[in-house]
This record gives sequence, structure tokens and C-alpha cells, in this order.
Amino acid sequence: MEPMILEYTVSADDFSGAGEASGDVKKTLKSLGFPPEVIRRVSVAMYEAEINMVIHARGGKITVEISPDEIRVCCEDVGPGIPDIDLAMQEGWSTASDKVRGLGFGAGMGLPNIKKYTDYLDIKTVVGQGTTLTMSVAV
Amino acid sequence: MTVNDVVKIPEFEIVWQEEDRQVTSVFTCDLLSICMAKAPEDSAWVTVMGNRNVIAVASLADVSCVIAAEGCSFDEEAVEAAKGKVTLLKSPLPVFETACLVHQGLV
Repeated sequence: MEPMILEYTVSADDFSGAGEASGDVKKTLKSLGFPPEVIRRVSVAMYEAEINMVIHARGGKITVEISPDEIRVCCEDVGPGIPDIDLAMQEGWSTASDKVRGLGFGAGMGLPNIKKYTDYLDIKTVVGQGTTLTMSVAV
Repeated sequence: MTVNDVVKIPEFEIVWQEEDRQVTSVFTCDLLSICMAKAPEDSAWVTVMGNRNVIAVASLADVSCVIAAEGCSFDEEAVEAAKGKVTLLKSPLPVFETACLVHQGLV
């Protein structure tokens, strides 16, 4: 069976719109009858990635592939890249601005949450060029 | 307990009301990443944050309602975003006391 493909554009600095793509994926997965735990894991991981793109990466593109046995999410941005992935993966490490922290973000939980809630995570990043994050949740 | 029981708590004020649904626990936190990961489904979420992102997190975490404690309020964008998604309430009490009032209805 061909996977169902959903594509989203994430706008830079659009904190109001952030979460719309994840919300839409959640709704789609729910209507397709995926188990609640799978839906929750995909929603959390994808929302974190979406917010990261808004905060750090001047927006980007998200592609979601829905198959009966796996949900794969690919997030591509042309942002500043991640200079030290090990540091970025540490809980509590954040480079978010005070403005962003004031909105309730910047806990340094983004990438750790993504890692925790997915079965597969791959981060390709080049400083100055951008980051591509591929993750999947097995059903 | 359901959201309709929560909105009847005299200390609380309704900001936006959605269809009734179950409330099975109460959760408090303001850091959105933590709420996202930890807020139980069907919980009443007590926070001091009132921006639009709270609604996105509430909807993704699938909480039953959001209660802005400490006299904090939701901004207009948040109320607009909550329509069709989640019930919003306000409480003049501190976070802990607000959560306790919900908890009393759960035990």
C-alpha cells in the first residue's frame, strides 16, 4: 500500500500558527484509527520539531508519510544548523531567547522529547545551511 | 467528574466553553515542552500561561480544559484558537489551590 503523504510549510517566527501542522496530523491519524499512544507520540515529537523550526530556523517544510506500520516525519529547514548535536540533545540545554522563554518555550526539552517519543531519529545538520530531521514512530 | 462539574466550581470563571467531556486528573505546569510530554489525556491543566501556544499544546496533549490561575488571563488570540478545541477557565487563586479545588471533585 502506498503511504499517505501530507506536506506542510512552517513559517518563521509565527508562534501563533505553530502547532497547526501537528494538530492536522493528529486529526488525520485519529480519523484513520491509529492507537492513541502512537498518535500522542507523533504529535509531541512533531510539535517540538515544528516549534524548533519557528524559533531557530526561519521556518521550513515538513513531510509526513503515513503507512499502516509506521509514521515518518521529515522536517527540513534552511536555518543556522546545530553546531553541537550532543549538547543540543541534552535536557535543559537551550539557546532560546528571553522572548521565546516568556512564551513558555526554551525548556531545553525539544530534541530530548523528540528522541524519547520516536523509535528512530536522524539529524543531518550543516552550520550555516540548515537541518534535516527525520523521525519515525512504529505502529 | 466532567468539565461541566469543573465550570460549576464557584471560584472559577468560564472564558470559553466547549462540549462536555471527562476529567480524570489535574495537571499543573507552565513549561510547554513538559506539558506536551507529561500532561495526561483528559486532565484539567492549571497554568499561568495564557497565549495561543497553550491552546496548541492543550489540543495536542488532549487535555479536557485549561485553567488560568493566579488571576492570569488568556489573550484574545488564545480564546479565538480555543474555539472548537478546548474549554478555558480563569481562577483568581494560586496554581496549587486551583488544582486542589479540581482534585476535591476527583476523589
